[in-house]
Amino acid sequence: MQQPFRTAVLVLVWGWLLLLVLAPNLLVVGASVMTRDSATFISLPLNLDAYRQLFNPLYLDVFLHSLYMAAMTTLVCLLIGYPFAWALSKVPKQRQMLLIFLLIVPFWTNSLVRTYALKLILATNGLLNNALMSLGVIDTPMQMLYTEGAVIIGLVYLLLPFMILPLYAVFDGLREDLLRASHDLGAGRLSTFIHVIVPLTLPGVLAGIMLVLLPAMGLFFVPDILGGSRNLLVGNVIKNQFLDARNWPFGAAASIMLTLAMAFLMLAHRLSKRRIGEDGV
Amino acid sequence: MKQTLLSLSDLSKQFDGKTVLDSLDLEILDGEFITLLGPSGCGKTTLLRLMAGFEHPDQGTITLSGQDLTHTPPERRPLNTVFQNYALFPHMSVFDNVAYGLKMEKRPKDEIRQRVNAALAMVQLDDYARRKPHQLSGGQQQRVAIARAVIKRPKMLLLDEPLSALDYKLRRTMQVELKRLQRELGITFVFVTHDQEEALSMSDRVVVLKDGRIQQLGTPREVYERPANLFTAQFVGEANFFAGCVDAVNGDDTITVDVFGLKRTFRKPDFQVFEGQPLHVLLRPEDIRVLAPDDEDGVAGRVVERNYKGSTLDSVIHLDDGTEVLASEFFDEDDPAFDYRLGEPVKVSWVDGWEWLLPQEAAKAEKEALADA
Repeated sequence: MQQPFRTAVLVLVWGWLLLLVLAPNLLVVGASVMTRDSATFISLPLNLDAYRQLFNPLYLDVFLHSLYMAAMTTLVCLLIGYPFAWALSKVPKQRQMLLIFLLIVPFWTNSLVRTYALKLILATNGLLNNALMSLGVIDTPMQMLYTEGAVIIGLVYLLLPFMILPLYAVFDGLREDLLRASHDLGAGRLSTFIHVIVPLTLPGVLAGIMLVLLPAMGLFFVPDILGGSRNLLVGNVIKNQFLDARNWPFGAAASIMLTLAMAFLMLAHRLSKRRIGEDGV
Repeated sequence: MKQTLLSLSDLSKQFDGKTVLDSLDLEILDGEFITLLGPSGCGKTTLLRLMAGFEHPDQGTITLSGQDLTHTPPERRPLNTVFQNYALFPHMSVFDNVAYGLKMEKRPKDEIRQRVNAALAMVQLDDYARRKPHQLSGGQQQRVAIARAVIKRPKMLLLDEPLSALDYKLRRTMQVELKRLQRELGITFVFVTHDQEEALSMSDRVVVLKDGRIQQLGTPREVYERPANLFTAQFVGEANFFAGCVDAVNGDDTITVDVFGLKRTFRKPDFQVFEGQPLHVLLRPEDIRVLAPDDEDGVAGRVVERNYKGSTLDSVIHLDDGTEVLASEFFDEDDPAFDYRLGEPVKVSWVDGWEWLLPQEAAKAEKEALADA
């Protein structure tokens, strides 16, 4: 009785993975080593021109700036998310569920819509400037929209829950007796934090970084709406190559670079988990 | 005479309005192996945590050699703990786990290496210094936890049910090992357990706890042979209680008690007795003598259960009046085939003088004691 069901599920899952994950990725790899063609988008012969183009100083600058903005986003998310997740794990269990629910509620609104809402807040005549001026903090409106800061705020706003949730998971699993043991052996709060809490929550930190840093380089609509023309992400470059510049091989090569960065982070995460005796995910 | 090392006076602790410790007094002597014994929820773990400093009492004081420790945080108490599930740091090697306490004291590297190696040698884990805790067996993790806890040479070692996660054989080995360590180190051990056998075999003194109060404090022999109340008698070891009634208080420090219609003469107990007073006659299973059905002595009954235990034959005997009696008899070399048939008629007796008398307690308390045990 169970055997046909089992087979059906396995076929479905493997079919799904092959058709919708492996095949598209292979197509991207294929496209990246082909030649640009204005009529058919890609054509033979095979070559590595697209990868060479990645190291073009112009694009290298865009990539580095994108990495910088994504890194800042991750850092801000970590600085807010780490204490937030810690405090969350300390409140009574029932309230915890409510708070996590509130954290997830914004996902029910489209992120594009929420980014436009953020634009209304940050605009020159927006809510924030008006509020600050009526409070007398500033005299003239500040330029907040179309800056690097606006992009980072937008990315943090969209991605913070992805940092908090894995951190909450590690704090929730942090054994109280390990902290007691540390105090028992003569460590104060700071020493316990450095020697026990940080290493034991590191897998959560890395998981959070993984879930924030890479999407932060790809969420092209955030700079489109909040960033103006100079604050581009890798995601914008990829989108532009496919849709505007019609340079598929180059767009594909940039995508693969992002995927490799993801793989590298996953490897680091796995190693950090193995270090404390848990199996990698 | 040993000196008092840690003195707890009038300690009370409540959690969510539930009293866990009820104005408890206890003096722990320097160098002794003292065991806190009781069923779960009796307050033994809370008591240990108060000593370690993980919890603070609502009322009362804790002093160590005359110095008030009541509000001192755990990191500044010269005591160390062996935790129930070992609480080894999973991200550190065995060496780093054991070295942790010394690193916190900022000892020189050479000294740390020397002392850690010595501690690991003491628990026979020299070859495992580089392993991670998850690569060790339960027994080995236990040894690491002990080495880690004694490396700072604490005045006192607190052990929170440290053997409960080990299998029976390993537990016996570790019991012997812990006793050896305690002798060698000369450190005071405060050992928490719910296993009465463990408590009796390891301790110099046993504290029997129930509902946050000390039921009895004494040597294992005192607690087992002369229990202070019904609860202790029931909790520590197996026990038969026979209902008795004082028939006469004799002049020669003895009393005559009516048990199952038999008039037996017992030593006069410490508590007040008067004629007609009902009391409990406590007899351990090994004090019971099972006799042939045609014997003059004893009370008639039938064997309803027999359990071969290797060195002893344990049986349950149903007396004619409905009382169940547990008996535990050693095998006799002259009669290696000695056994009972189920349903076999026998007579039950005991040697006068081996009994222990307890007064009747208030009906409710008594029922609870019997139900808990």
